Amino acid sequence: MKKLLAQIKASMGIYESEPVYGLLAEFADPGALLHAASQVREAGYRHFDVHSPFPVHGMDKAMGLGNSLVGFFTLGGGITGFALAYWLQWWTGAVAYPLNISGKPFFAIEPSIPIMFELTVLFAAFGAVAGMFALNGLPRPHSPLFYSRNFTRATDDAFFLHIAASDKCFDLEETRQLLADLGGYHVELLAAQE
Amino acid sequence: MGHSTSHSTETPLVTGNLSFHELTELVARHAEKKPPMGWYVAIGISSLLLLNLLVMIAYQVWNGVGVWGNNVPVGWGWPIVDFVFWVGIGHAGTLISAILFLFRQRWRTSINRAAEAMTIFAVICALLFPTIHVGRIWVIYWTLPIPNQMDMWPQFKSPLLWDVFAVSSYFIVSLLFWYVGLIPDLATLRDRARSFIRQRVLGIFSMGWTGSNRHWRNYEKAYLLLAGLATPLVLSVHSVVSFDFAVSIVPGWHTTIFPPYFVAGAIFSGFAMVVTLMVIARKVYGIEDLITLNHLEKMNIIILLTGSMVGFAYITEFFIAWYSQVGYEQYAFINRATGPYAWAYWIMMSCNLIAPQVFWFKRLRRNVPLMFAISILVNIGMWFERFVITVISLHRDYLPSSWGYFTPTWVDVMTFAGSFGLFLTLFLLFLRFAPMVALSEVKGVVPQADPHFYDQESS
Repeated sequence: MKKLLAQIKASMGIYESEPVYGLLAEFADPGALLHAASQVREAGYRHFDVHSPFPVHGMDKAMGLGNSLVGFFTLGGGITGFALAYWLQWWTGAVAYPLNISGKPFFAIEPSIPIMFELTVLFAAFGAVAGMFALNGLPRPHSPLFYSRNFTRATDDAFFLHIAASDKCFDLEETRQLLADLGGYHVELLAAQE
Repeated sequence: MGHSTSHSTETPLVTGNLSFHELTELVARHAEKKPPMGWYVAIGISSLLLLNLLVMIAYQVWNGVGVWGNNVPVGWGWPIVDFVFWVGIGHAGTLISAILFLFRQRWRTSINRAAEAMTIFAVICALLFPTIHVGRIWVIYWTLPIPNQMDMWPQFKSPLLWDVFAVSSYFIVSLLFWYVGLIPDLATLRDRARSFIRQRVLGIFSMGWTGSNRHWRNYEKAYLLLAGLATPLVLSVHSVVSFDFAVSIVPGWHTTIFPPYFVAGAIFSGFAMVVTLMVIARKVYGIEDLITLNHLEKMNIIILLTGSMVGFAYITEFFIAWYSQVGYEQYAFINRATGPYAWAYWIMMSCNLIAPQVFWFKRLRRNVPLMFAISILVNIGMWFERFVITVISLHRDYLPSSWGYFTPTWVDVMTFAGSFGLFLTLFLLFLRFAPMVALSEVKGVVPQADPHFYDQESS
């Protein structure tokens, strides 16, 4: 159970490793980052992540990540919205307070379509956004990555690769060497000492 | 592979050959430094207009809707005209973000943020009008299915209630779409922030975004799905607004062409408003490299297209009125073009159908002062379109004994002017405090963002 939880957290990019959190290396450009990510994966690492100011084309493949699961949340949201709209219009019109309006049926599909459509879209959108946050483990205002001063440039113009200490291949010296060999610089040890 | 080769041949989406950091600087600094003098002047004027709006609303709520010109036979006057006008403007943002996203029109990245913001603010203005139009604003919650002491429920068979759901769903989805798009850029601002409070506030709103690829993967999927959801939604909203008219049996309203015709008109007016605002903003903030003449030209092409579609719909309405051989219907249209409101009809025709035709010529399409003038004309024309549809159709219907002539009151005029105050104040605050260009998306479309860009360089 604990292992499963750790796995789910790792998929969100949350790694449980104290006090050493991992190694962070900077790369020169998206091309170098893509290359490094595929090499790190080839070397057997799984608990690693790249950080870039924009999504890098082809990175999911290089990191060996499958299709995102957000779609299922969206589908769930859409079905919920549709069912809610159907139930709401039927129950209020035909059950709770049937009211004869110019002889129209208490409930019919045709006039109910616009609201069914709107609520389907609305709840599907809720599903997509909530699913995205849930799968990403956001909001997470305190990440150990923020211990690195250099890391503030991840949202500006710098490209980082981070290997977490929780990875079973992680070895302080070997991993540091690997990152340097791949062209990483400013290799930093992230540890909760501050 | 196709991606990497196409970059070198296409005209660049962003000019100036800026590095990632220069792009960040170009956009983010406007949300950080003190705004230019012009901004203070603009917000001074717009907040005065906003104050005027609040006074007008208070005056109307206190006295009742009788302070407006609405009276039998024209029960829907300016407030509904203004409502449709603002909802229409609120269509461009989501069209640019969602539909152009699905069609992979990557030029949209420079303008989508501001256009989405404009959408949200326009929909806020739009929602205001039906809210005060109900007359008893304190029972506006009756339009929502909330259990109440009367055990009664809203009337789901009414197009007016569909409208409540359509416009509020549209507002919420647009807001989500906008906010999701903002998160990476708020993180950029957070990481640049120096002061403690600024770091904390932006830290909360950026949700702890780190640019992680595991996050980008879900983020991009969610964004794609939101675009896919917003596309039918944006088309449905103005269709539902048109049902308010089309489902009734008033001559001039009861036509099946309304949904597509309203949607085209909405896109038309929305794009015109985007051009109006962008022409000013790119100049004032010096972001001509991001919002280039090519962007404006593409928007003008869409204005030409949708303007011609709207004009085609005007003519089709006439044809169908003749073809139906229904006297009331025919009269409604002849009365539009030649009756007491013919001036309004011809303002609409010349602003919406004739004025945008200048954009057939490439030189005129790329002429900034001209496109600014045309965009203003289009907005005037589109307001008059809603006036024509609402007021002219109502003022003479079946019984000549109940014909009348509608005149607005000063409260009508001041409330409408005040709604511009609300819109502009919100937009100016947006320009001041948020990144006005979608930074992470613009960085993603410059050639250096392609990992294969570096393969070519080394080989």
